[in-house]
Amino acid sequence: MRHTISLLVENKFGVLSRISGLFSGRGYNIESLSVGETIDPQISVMTIVTSGDEQIIEQILKQLNKLIDVIKVVDMIDLDHVEREMVLIKVAPRQEDKAEVLRLTEIFRGRVVDSGPKTYTIEVTGDEKKIAALIELLKPAGIKEFIRTGKIAIARERIKKPSV
Amino acid sequence: MKMNGAEILIESLKKEGVKHMFGYPGGVVLGIFDRLYDDKDIELILTRHEQGAVHAADGYSRSTGKAGVVLVTSGPGATNTVTGIATASMDSIPLVVFTGQVPTMLIGNDAFQEADIVGISRPCTKYNFLVKDVNDLARIVKEAFYIATSGRPGPVLIDLPKDVTAMKAEFVWPQDVKIRSYNPTLEGNKWMITQAAHLIAKSKRPVIVAGGGVILSNASKELKELAEITDIPVVMTLMGLGGFPGTHPLALGMPGMHGSYYANRSIQESDLLIAVGMRFDDRVTGKIDAFAPHAKIVHIDIDPTSIRKNVRVDTPIVGDAKRILSVLNKVLKEEIKEQWGEVRNAWLKQIQAWKKERPLTYTYSEEVIKPQFVVEKIYELTKGDAIISTEVGQNQMWSAQFYKFDKPRMWLTSGGLGTMGYGFPAAIGAQLAHPDKLVIDIAGDGSIQMNIQELATAVINKLPVKVAILNNRCLGMVRQWQELFFSERYSHTKLDETVPDFVKIAEAYGAVGLRATKPSEVEPVLREAFKIKRTVFMDFVVDWKEKVFPMVPAGAAIDQMMFDEQKEKTEKKLKAVK
Repeated sequence: MRHTISLLVENKFGVLSRISGLFSGRGYNIESLSVGETIDPQISVMTIVTSGDEQIIEQILKQLNKLIDVIKVVDMIDLDHVEREMVLIKVAPRQEDKAEVLRLTEIFRGRVVDSGPKTYTIEVTGDEKKIAALIELLKPAGIKEFIRTGKIAIARERIKKPSV
Repeated sequence: MKMNGAEILIESLKKEGVKHMFGYPGGVVLGIFDRLYDDKDIELILTRHEQGAVHAADGYSRSTGKAGVVLVTSGPGATNTVTGIATASMDSIPLVVFTGQVPTMLIGNDAFQEADIVGISRPCTKYNFLVKDVNDLARIVKEAFYIATSGRPGPVLIDLPKDVTAMKAEFVWPQDVKIRSYNPTLEGNKWMITQAAHLIAKSKRPVIVAGGGVILSNASKELKELAEITDIPVVMTLMGLGGFPGTHPLALGMPGMHGSYYANRSIQESDLLIAVGMRFDDRVTGKIDAFAPHAKIVHIDIDPTSIRKNVRVDTPIVGDAKRILSVLNKVLKEEIKEQWGEVRNAWLKQIQAWKKERPLTYTYSEEVIKPQFVVEKIYELTKGDAIISTEVGQNQMWSAQFYKFDKPRMWLTSGGLGTMGYGFPAAIGAQLAHPDKLVIDIAGDGSIQMNIQELATAVINKLPVKVAILNNRCLGMVRQWQELFFSERYSHTKLDETVPDFVKIAEAYGAVGLRATKPSEVEPVLREAFKIKRTVFMDFVVDWKEKVFPMVPAGAAIDQMMFDEQKEKTEKKLKAVK
């Protein structure tokens, strides 16, 4: 089962290698990883997408918690949250497909950020399903390459249910 | 007052109460060694190899409970510490290792004697630091000792670039340590502890499995109380030996691959395992699916990752073993108030029967020295009151089987990593911490050669360490596997005529060398060695064919034990004759 894990870590050199080393050393898999500063410049937030059975995920969460530089570990599966990923897709459509590519871009609320004589580069943001769907639809038009940021995730504000 | 980095380091170590450290000098740590030259409070023991320095600090730590301290140079000095650090890491031993580093400006330049030791040691340290600013140094030293000794202990490495040790700063010793991302849980969850007490009350065939955590958290007293108030037998893992008195009627010895028959049977038949400070290592569990099939498991450990890593757990309790056991004992005494005597009778009787059925034993010989006989004699002559270290392999298993430890911190062995060459330097470290105690390294002829250079360290520092070499002219444990599982194809395990003359080696270093080749010589040699207040090598020429039994083949359940067939055949014959 796939899990999105959000980590607050000390913004120090070497932290990324401690985390990636933990995954490689114990044979866990990282599907994507993104890192950035938080509002407090001493703290970074990492979003890691990984997969494994219940026992492996439990170990991953515990092992991450055990790392001295890790402040907080949250498995997003436990929370109502929003996930986003950005992808840049370079397509080289035939003349007759160009209009379709642009139309798809519009439907998926993407935009063309670069265009050359042969290619368009499309920027799209969304959750996993949306990005997968667009890539699938653009394939026949000829994707030359794409690059993705890795997933980031944030918990939604908790709203107390009114007691009836 | 402003001090340079080297001075700040020494001052910080004094604030931490460090009296002894182990190390080896080199280019980038000259400044620090210069400060140590006429220092009255800290003594640095020069070993003859950096690996020896780390093992010595490890032995010092295991025998005292304090953090062991090491200082070495950059590059090869640093990389030579890795095996020692990994050994300590696997067994949760607190160490603080200082490595020199090339000047900050040169880091990453492939400078002379540069090694990325922070990178190399990352997976085998609990934490490591590269000091980039001399103003951070005192705080980092304080944090390092705190991290090494708190929670689940472990080794911490501090990499010191040469220029940082020369730069000046105000020496400010921090009052306390606060690391927001590191707060080990010490108190166990009361509700879980009560649940464990109820499981104990309900169980008919319980077993306590005590590991190294009992010793690390100084919980022996509480463990003994638990066993005695509830009449529960205690199995001790290799790391847990001494955590519960080995001569106690409830003690069942070691479980697992070379565990006793009755320890393994008890675990397999139990309906409740109370695991304290142990991590269900594969050498303990054997085939994991077949391990303790009828038992509910209460697991007490300070490291949450140990819980449910290898086995299912019914009642996990995270925290310090000493605190948890004292609460558990209280609950059992005040809330449960069961009279256990009657309840346990059948179970304890069963275990007694297993003990009788297959005790730990070997066949004594008049002609050739049996290695187990040497260990037994050592136990007999020291009355169990010696610090014993071992190397790794048969010597280690026979020591674990035939020497009974009644007190903690008397048993130094590399359990997790299984490092040959550990025992001798560890004995040196322990002897330094306990000058009046008898410290004995039980070694093999293979293992002792892995750090034999430390003879010089022992002799020059007048450390009367005794080394009992069970010399079977082969790499015994591997040879045993080859005999049993590889059709006696002894690939690279027979050392035979290449085994050096250990008596001469000892003498060449200025130590005493003794030899026994017949069983009748064993006791006189031991007596003489224990009388001499000098470093002694004892070369016991033992039966090379002897194997460690019982043995659970790799991947089998722990009640599928192999026994000494030879011995059993002879016994059958004897019976038939009678």
